[in-house]
Amino acid sequence: MRLDPTDRRIVAATQAGLDFTPRPYLAVAERLGLDEAEVIARMSGLLARGVIRRIGAAPNHYALGLSANGMTVWDVEDGEAERLGALVGAREDVSHCYLRPRALPDWPYNLFAMLHGTDRAEVETRRGEIAALLGASCRGSDVLYSTRILKKSGLRLAGGAS
Amino acid sequence: MTRKARPEIDALDRRIIASLQEGFPLVPEPYAEVAAGFGMTEAELIARLKRLREDGAITRFGPFLDAAAMGGAFCLCAMAVPEADFERIAAAVNAHPEVAHNYARSHRLNMWFVLATETPEGIAETADRIERETGLGVLRFPKLLEFFIGFRVAA
Repeated sequence: MRLDPTDRRIVAATQAGLDFTPRPYLAVAERLGLDEAEVIARMSGLLARGVIRRIGAAPNHYALGLSANGMTVWDVEDGEAERLGALVGAREDVSHCYLRPRALPDWPYNLFAMLHGTDRAEVETRRGEIAALLGASCRGSDVLYSTRILKKSGLRLAGGAS
Repeated sequence: MTRKARPEIDALDRRIIASLQEGFPLVPEPYAEVAAGFGMTEAELIARLKRLREDGAITRFGPFLDAAAMGGAFCLCAMAVPEADFERIAAAVNAHPEVAHNYARSHRLNMWFVLATETPEGIAETADRIERETGLGVLRFPKLLEFFIGFRVAA
């Protein structure tokens, strides 16, 4: 899907975030020389088409007390990966869950689940629960803890500084 | 980006963040609408959100884009970076606007970042460029399937 030029300008003008002012869409409209109503209508269209997944806040898990964030990775039998991935993704402590290609021989894991807890002991307990869920279909696993955020800017359109 | 000391978060802050994970209204006065749901004024909500943003409790506030829906692509990538060279390589990787986020992780593969590009070809182009600039291999893990997510920040 290609964006028309006006949609693209709206995406570029909002991707760094919305203003904390009473009428944030009016602020976008004024920057772009558009009507507030058009900005709202076009953003609604982008939301309906899935270009905008949602509008909202990205919480910092560290700040919320979920200071242990483990990327758990699992080597799950290909024939079972879709069924088991759905079970793992439905857990309330898993914030992202994807099936990805292995990179053999460096990397044997195909199921990635981001697991959150108040400390590493809690993450390990929950990791054990997932291991039990996967059972014999899982041939190996690991957990990679994030030790530092190096960058978190979200998706940017090149040249789309606002 | 440096990691800040943990900011003070109260129960109302948590409820606001949990609510805003679900979505923010597309109406002329969205803060007023959200504030009414919490029995607070628009000005109080805006002041809290500003504080949460400044303290780093929320890292972004606004639209979350799907690169694939715009004709582009996302890809998780990983590198094994020598510790002695870690800061220099992190700066070189982060200098690419296509790097949406980047985390240090405890593993031989110690740097994990997501590329978001406007075209599917942009993933390989950017990853190849990072390999040339750093002299290190970039493993690529595009998503094959995304599972429904049950995660919510507890209110």
